[in-house]
Formats: sequence, C-alpha cells, structure tokens
Amino acid sequence: MTSLDEASKEKLRSVSVDLNNDASLLIDIPDALCERDKVKFTVHTKTTLSSFQKPDFSVPRQHEDFIWLHDTLVETEDYAGLIIPPAPPKPDFESPREKMHKLGEGEATMTKEEYTKMKQELEAEYLAVFKKTVQVHEVFLQRLSSHPVLSKDRNFQIFLEYDQDLSVRRKNAKEMFGGFFKNMVKSADEVLISGVKEVDDFFEQEKTFLLDYYSKIKDSTAKAEKMTRSHKNIADDYIHISATLNSLCAEDSTPNKKNMEKLSDLFEKLRKVEGRVASDQELKLTELLRYYMRDIQAAKDLLYRRARALADYENSNKALDKARLKSKDIPQAEEHQRQCLQKFDKLSESAKKELTSFKGRRVVAFRKNLIEMAELEIKHAKNNVALLQGCIDLLKSN
Amino acid sequence: MTEQGEPPDSRSSSRLPTHSARRKDADMTDAAAREPPPEHTDFHEVEDGEDLFPEPRAEQEESQPASLPAVDISTNSNGPKQDSLFDDDAEDLFAEATEEVSLDSPERDVLLSDGPSPAITPITPPTSVITPRLGHAHDDMFTHSSFDEIEEEEGGDAFDIHISVSDPEKVGDGMNAYMAYKVTTKTSMSLFKLKDFSVKRRFSDFLGLHSKLASKYLHIGYIVPPAPEKSIVGMTKVKVGKEDQSSNEFVEKRRSALERYLMRTVKHPILLKDPDVLQFLESSELPRAVNTQALSSAGILRMVNKAADAVNKMTIKMNESDAWFEEKQQHFENLDVQLRKLHASMESLVCHRKELSVNTAQFAKSAAMLGNSEDHTALSRALSQLAEVEEKIDQLHQDQANADFYLFSELLGDYVRLITAVKGVFDHRMKTWQKWQDSQMLLQKKREAEAKLQFTNKPDKLQQAKDEIKEEIEELEGKVQQGERDFEQISKTIRKEVSRFEKERVKDFKTIIIKYLESLVQTQQQLIKYWDAFLPEAKAIS
Repeated sequence: MTSLDEASKEKLRSVSVDLNNDASLLIDIPDALCERDKVKFTVHTKTTLSSFQKPDFSVPRQHEDFIWLHDTLVETEDYAGLIIPPAPPKPDFESPREKMHKLGEGEATMTKEEYTKMKQELEAEYLAVFKKTVQVHEVFLQRLSSHPVLSKDRNFQIFLEYDQDLSVRRKNAKEMFGGFFKNMVKSADEVLISGVKEVDDFFEQEKTFLLDYYSKIKDSTAKAEKMTRSHKNIADDYIHISATLNSLCAEDSTPNKKNMEKLSDLFEKLRKVEGRVASDQELKLTELLRYYMRDIQAAKDLLYRRARALADYENSNKALDKARLKSKDIPQAEEHQRQCLQKFDKLSESAKKELTSFKGRRVVAFRKNLIEMAELEIKHAKNNVALLQGCIDLLKSN
Repeated sequence: MTEQGEPPDSRSSSRLPTHSARRKDADMTDAAAREPPPEHTDFHEVEDGEDLFPEPRAEQEESQPASLPAVDISTNSNGPKQDSLFDDDAEDLFAEATEEVSLDSPERDVLLSDGPSPAITPITPPTSVITPRLGHAHDDMFTHSSFDEIEEEEGGDAFDIHISVSDPEKVGDGMNAYMAYKVTTKTSMSLFKLKDFSVKRRFSDFLGLHSKLASKYLHIGYIVPPAPEKSIVGMTKVKVGKEDQSSNEFVEKRRSALERYLMRTVKHPILLKDPDVLQFLESSELPRAVNTQALSSAGILRMVNKAADAVNKMTIKMNESDAWFEEKQQHFENLDVQLRKLHASMESLVCHRKELSVNTAQFAKSAAMLGNSEDHTALSRALSQLAEVEEKIDQLHQDQANADFYLFSELLGDYVRLITAVKGVFDHRMKTWQKWQDSQMLLQKKREAEAKLQFTNKPDKLQQAKDEIKEEIEELEGKVQQGERDFEQISKTIRKEVSRFEKERVKDFKTIIIKYLESLVQTQQQLIKYWDAFLPEAKAIS
C-alpha cells in the first residue's frame, strides 16, 4: 500500500491546473496497491451534491475501469462537441522491471555496496513510475469532475459510487455501444485530410494547427524522454564510480586515501542530484509534453466528430435535393437536414468553446511547468556547485 | 669535479677489467643469441618486448667518424662478423649514445659504474675514441658515479621543464602518410642548450624513444613510462584521408597522449638526463625507428618474447625474503584491478554524457519546431527560447564529456599502463634473482665436478682438467658475486622507484582530479546562467 501525502501529490498534479477546486465534488486517489502487473486504485470522493448517496466514500478501481469510463463518454453523442479528457495510459513497469532483471544478472560483478545502491535506485524508479500512473489516473477523474457537463454524467457517477466490481457492467456496456465511434475516429484522419470543405476560419485554423502541433509534440515527447534516460544513465555511472573509489581507498594507505574517500562521497552525492534532475525534468517537461500530446489527440477527436457531423449535414443536403427531384419523402428529408444542421451547429459552438478554453489551459500549464523546471534546474545546479566546490576546497587544503 | 682531474690513463686502466669482463659477457650473451640456453631469457626481458636495440643508423656513423673505430672494436670482440640482430644493434648502441660520450662525462660514469651492470649494456665505447659531449652542462651536476647519487643530488637546477605536443600535420599520401607533431620544450634547466625550442616528430619516433629507454633501464629496476598505444585502425583512417569527426578525435587523443608521455618521462630524474631523451627533444633530425612497426620482424620477435616472458614468469618461484616486496606486489595487483574498473566506469560515463549531448541537441531541434508550430505568441517565443537554451546545454554536455575523457578517463588509462610497467619491474627483479640462483647452482655443480676430478683415472689429463675447472669456478664465483650485487641493486632501485612512483601518483591524481572537478563546477555554473536567462522568458508567457 502506498500512501501519497498531499505535498507530493500537489507536486505531481502540476500538468493540469485548476482542478479539484470545486468543493461540491472532490476526487482524489489517496491509495494504490501494486499486485504483480495489476494496480488497484482507491478512488475517494467527497461531495455535497445530493445526486450521490453518501457525502464521503471510496471504491477500488482498476485501470480497465477507467478505460471503460472514458470510452462510454466518447461514445455518448451528447458529448460529441466536447473534448473528452484523454484516457490514462496503462501502468507500465516494463522499464524498471527490465533494469531489475539486468541488475540481477550483473550482481556478481559489483561490490555489495554498489549492488545495494543500484537496487535502491531501481526501487526509486519503480516508485516513480507508480506515482506517475496514480497521478495520471487522478488527473483524468479530476478533469471530469471540474467539467460543467461531464461531471454530471451518469456513468461517471456509477464509476465513483458503485461499490461492487465494475467489470460485469463493463461487459454489458461494450455490447451496447459496439465501439462505433471508436472505429470512426480511427479512420478520421482521412476524412479530415480529404478536405471536407471548411467554411469557418476558426476551425480551418484549428485543424491546421492541431494536426501540425500533434506531430511536433509527439516528437518532442520522445526526444525529451531520451534526454531523461541519459541523465538516469549518468546517475548510474556515478554510483559505479563512487563504489570503485571506495574500494580504491580501502586499499590505499597513502595520503591519497583521504582524497579518494572525499571523492567517493562526492560522487555519491552528485548521483543523487543527477537523479533528481532526471526525475524533475521528466515530470516537468516529458510528462507535460506527453499529457498535452494526449490532450491534443482528444481535441483532434473533437474535430473529427465535427467533420463527421458536417459530412452528415452535407449528405442530408444531397438527400434533400434528391428527394426534391423525385418529389418523394420531402418532409422527412427536410426534417433530417434540419436535424443535421442543428447537431452540426451545436457541435461547432461547443467545440469552439472547448478549443478556446483548451488553448488557455495549455498555455497556463506550459507556463507553470516551464517556470518550475527552470527553477529546479537552477536549484540542482547550485547544489552541485556547492558540493563540488566543497570537495575541491577539501582536496586543496590537504 | 674530482674525476675531471684524474689522468686518463689510470682511469682507462681501472676500467679495463670491467671492460673485458663486459666483452666476455657480450660473448656469452652473443652466444646466447645463437642458441637458447637459460640465459637467453636475459635478453628478452625488456618491458613489453620492445626493441632491445635500436636499428642501425648509418647517418649517425657518418657524422661521428670518431665512433667508427669503436664500432669495429666491439664487433671484433664479438667474434666473426655475423648478420645477427645483436651485432647490428651493438654497433648502434655506440652511435646511439647520441653524440659522443666522454670518459670523463657523467653519462659514461653512470653506464660504467660497478653497481648496476645490466646484462644488456649500452656497451661502453673504448676510451680512446671518446670526446666530451655535454660541454655545456654544468659540471657540478655530475660529480658522482652512480645512478643513486645522481638522484640524490639536486644539482644546480630545480625541475623546470614544460613540453607540449601540437600542430599535427599530415605528411605524405596514401598508406605511407604519417602525422608529424611539433614537440616544443620550454625550460630553464641548464641540461639543455636552449630555453625554448621545438622539433618535428612522428609517432614511431616516440615509440623508438620508449624502446631505447626500456632497453636501458627497465631490467635494472627503473619504471619507464610506457608509450601511447598503436592503433592500426585509427592510423589507417587518417592515412586514407578521412577528414571526419572520428579521425580528428583520434589525432587529438593521440596528441594529448604523446604530450603526457613526454612529461612523465622527463619528470623521472634519471630519464630526463638520458642522452636519448635529450636528443629526442633537441635534435632536428632523428633517424627512423623502423623496428617499432607491429608487423616487422622485430615486432614479431617482440610478440614471441612476450609469450616466453609469460611462461617464464609462471615457472619462477622466488623465495621472498623481503616482505616489503610481497606487500607492494599485492598492492599493485589490487590497484590494477580497481583502476581498470574505474576506467571502465569513466568510459561508460563519457559515452552516456555524449549521448546526453546528442539527445539534448535533438530535443532542442524538436522544441524549436514545436515553438514554430505553436500559435500562442508568447508561448511560441518561450518554446523557441527553450530550444536555444537546450542547444547551448548540449554543447555544454559535449564539452563536459571531453573533460571527462581527457582529464579523468585518460589519466586512469595512463595509470593502468604505468602499473603494468611497475609489475614488469618487479618481474625483472625476480629474473635477476633467478639468474643469480642459476649462477650459484652452476658454481655448485662445478665444485662438485672439481671434487670428482680427484678420482679420475687419467692422470695425464688431470692437471689440464683441473686447471680448466679452476678457471671456470673462478669465473662463476665472479658471476655469483655479480648476480648478488645485481639483485641487491635492483631491489634498492625498485624501492626508490616505487616510493617516487607513489608520490607522483598521489600528486598526479590530486592535481588532475581538482582540475576535473573544476570543469564540473564550470559546467554547473554555465547551466545556472542559461536557466537564469530563460526564466523571465517562461514567466513572460501570459
């Protein structure tokens, strides 16, 4: 059981801002359990709304339950004009697990101390992955709870409240919807690109912008991840260097011994700082980029849906013309056309609002994270300077 | 000072016995070169199997006519002229003693001293042909007749010499091309003719120098710094003319290694005064050291010798009476293991830091593209700024990786190789001991044979046999004594050398580590500057 205190959660929650401020519905994930591959989240709700049976309650949920919730929201036609918050990614412990495996293999070549340190480092990494996945699931729920429309969704309420296993209900839901919208979204790229005529400048711009931005941010996320990985590798190297220096000074009887000791100590401290640089960079930069990459995908999905609605409207126009020609079923055709137009207009209006607020949200989040990252980089570098200078002075005075 | 006043005659007469003994030695060792008796191993004990003797240098002989007769005499003493490697090299050693060496000069005294008498001697030239060489040297530096004493006396000059290797230049084309390096010496020491001078040298010149030094000093216990390693792959790239990043890096790595090598060599008080070293630094032309090539016949000989060495090492079981040596040997073994490990970790660090630099550069480009794509003006500008910062940082990481490498990693590599040289010196001591023991055993046998002679039943041949054996025994007794002296001398030298080496090591590490840490500090301070400059940009996003 891993308990996350408020302070660390506050730090983690930085990617999406202004959430969980509305006291009428407060959601958080105070606990999570990791059993082999499965993570069990404890979803805790505090509410003043009468629509809920209790004011304060918790339920256990799995990752699949979150996915179910997301998918039902996507497939609800009423929400077609909204940006549905992106589904949290599956908990991925592959990387630390692989490293743990490699460490086990290399155990023989390291000193006991070295092995212990590497193991600690690995456990920290495992924990970091764990914290990240909890955070990302939490943010998903909080996005929903702070959305004026989505917070009222029936399925959302079920998710929060239903105190039994959701998996049964999940199966039924899947049969009902049959993933229609999901399939549509997958092929939506062609729809957009094949150039459904765009009348509205705003959407034309948004379309161009989002398509381009998505590919760029996807690339940046990948590159940022590589950078973080390199920092982690360097931190690991420092561990080995520190351990070997330790062995060297155990063997040394010359005045060099003291120097080696200090140096070994220094590298041990440096690696901790380097580790923090890596994890801060990951949280503030990589995770930021990753989150907004997914969010932009959700925005793209909205555009796809709108494009689909536009296509429907245009088809209904054509059908109406045909009906007029044949002088058959004109009222139905007219009614159908009217509905399509209405749907399209409603969607467009809602989409415009959503996309505008999305931009605002994005800019705020970027600002916050970039500032925090710069500040942390400065803090760590200053720390490094102090450590290094201290060691240099000690060595020189010897 | 005193020796200068002595009349040459008395000196030469006092020298003759040793000279003849040397000749005899030369005979024996020459014979050894022809057949493989146990003493054969004496020859090939040189560190790393480098050339025992430098190749013949025709030019030298021409410019120093005085030395020619010397050459004749020595080869005569070695028996009928042969084309053996040994003979040519014997000639060489004369020429090799740079210009000429005076009887009265310290070099010669050093070489002739009774104490250390190495099996492979830079054979002393006969007195008649020698003329003074180091006329410019202060005599007060060289008033003693042994290595030990030279070391102890500080003389007139404090150690003040700085050597730099620079300006690598490709000379020639294709597979015969090579890099020429400029070797500049700046010094106030009276040992040198000038205060500031430079020469052009190529890599094989450095190898040649090391080979000569190794052949003279390793087997008597001096830790001769090893030369940088050859690299057929690296050099081929350069020869072929690939002007790319990796071949530039190779040249720079080599240049730096050559510089460190020379500095380490001159820091050694004995090596600094060696005529080969002085010639290397000063003389504008140096005959090519051909036998340093990996695939030459000498190269192959080296490889064979190395193998023989390894086998011999395993079979010598020395009764170590001195715990100091055992302790030190263990110490160096451990040091070797740990330094290799540290070196490997440092190389990994260099590699990862280079990766970080590349990844940061890639991210910078990506962030720039993202910034261009961003339609919110202020955020767009901030992202572009981020890209610029990351680009500067990637350069920072690249520079740091270089510091990691050239300061720390190469230092460790140098010491791993140096420790191999130290271990070699310990091995030589073992071999010296072995030789002494062998002589003793042989003497014992001869004495037994002498005793047995009493019971021979050929009275007419008895006296002749008795005389022969008596002569042999006398000779062997001399050898045993010499062996014991050699062993004591090498033990003494090694103690001194190890103590000097350890002092140097501590100093070296401390200096370089401080430099390295300062490079890390610089990097971090730059990081602070860059992020500090970026912060207001991030805050300006509205």
